[in-house]
Amino acid sequence: MSSLVLATSAGNVVVWIVWVVAGFSCLASGVAVISFSNPFYSALALIGNLVSLAVMYLLLSAEFVAAAQVLVYAGAVVVMFLFVIAYVGPQREEAWSGGPSWRTFGAVLAAGALLTEIVVAISLAAEGSLGHDYTVDSAFGTPSYIGQLFLTDHLLAFEITSIVLLLAAVGGVILGAHSRRVDSARKET
Amino acid sequence: MSGPGTNWYLALAAFLFGLGALGVLIRRNPLIVLLSLELMLNGGNLALIAFSRHFANGAGQIFGLAVMAVAASEVCVGLGLVVAINRKKLPLDVDRLSELRG
Repeated sequence: MSSLVLATSAGNVVVWIVWVVAGFSCLASGVAVISFSNPFYSALALIGNLVSLAVMYLLLSAEFVAAAQVLVYAGAVVVMFLFVIAYVGPQREEAWSGGPSWRTFGAVLAAGALLTEIVVAISLAAEGSLGHDYTVDSAFGTPSYIGQLFLTDHLLAFEITSIVLLLAAVGGVILGAHSRRVDSARKET
Repeated sequence: MSGPGTNWYLALAAFLFGLGALGVLIRRNPLIVLLSLELMLNGGNLALIAFSRHFANGAGQIFGLAVMAVAASEVCVGLGLVVAINRKKLPLDVDRLSELRG
């Protein structure tokens, strides 16, 4: 009995250590994203943020979402960012040079107010109800579980997601091609 | 659930969201504004998945995956805009891009 309790508390400590490391790297890489002057380094810092969030999702027994996070974000979104950063060429902008100092001060104040608002809203809404959580079985969050939910309860959301992605791809192509058409029209006149 | 409770995850999600909002407000390069938007979306996603685990309900994870798809779409359109801006030789600075006229 005592060895079981000991093993449980040891597992607890390991989970806490992993959580603290992942949370720290999540916040540190988030700070790095918004404070690098070169967007290339910001995009690289975002990868660290995404990977530490994937660790968080694993701790929350959301295995499929963690895998999708790494594949979709680190594999597709960040690579697209890096391509575009390479395309538009080098550019530098110091992090805290966004206009006069009162504007920076206002931005920090607004972000702090937003954070306070979120924390107060969550803690008021969740008062007492966050004390105990439900137990889940080992199938929770696996690909088969998510796939079953997607093709039964959330089929409409699944289909609409595909339409949204298609429209975004078409919109991206049109935005990229539009200016070229305007440029050639301008040359002709 | 062993380890930290749901409120810890929610606190981290709130900080991540606030950090992303700060980035959107203080930066002028549209590429970094888009990266900060990703931070905000990820904060929201973390809260969704923490609640999904808390209530043992998979709908939160489905919503998180939908948010990921929307984030990918937003990046696609946003980067298309950045490429179009760059091709027209306009400055990559959200303070100076104040005209919607093409």
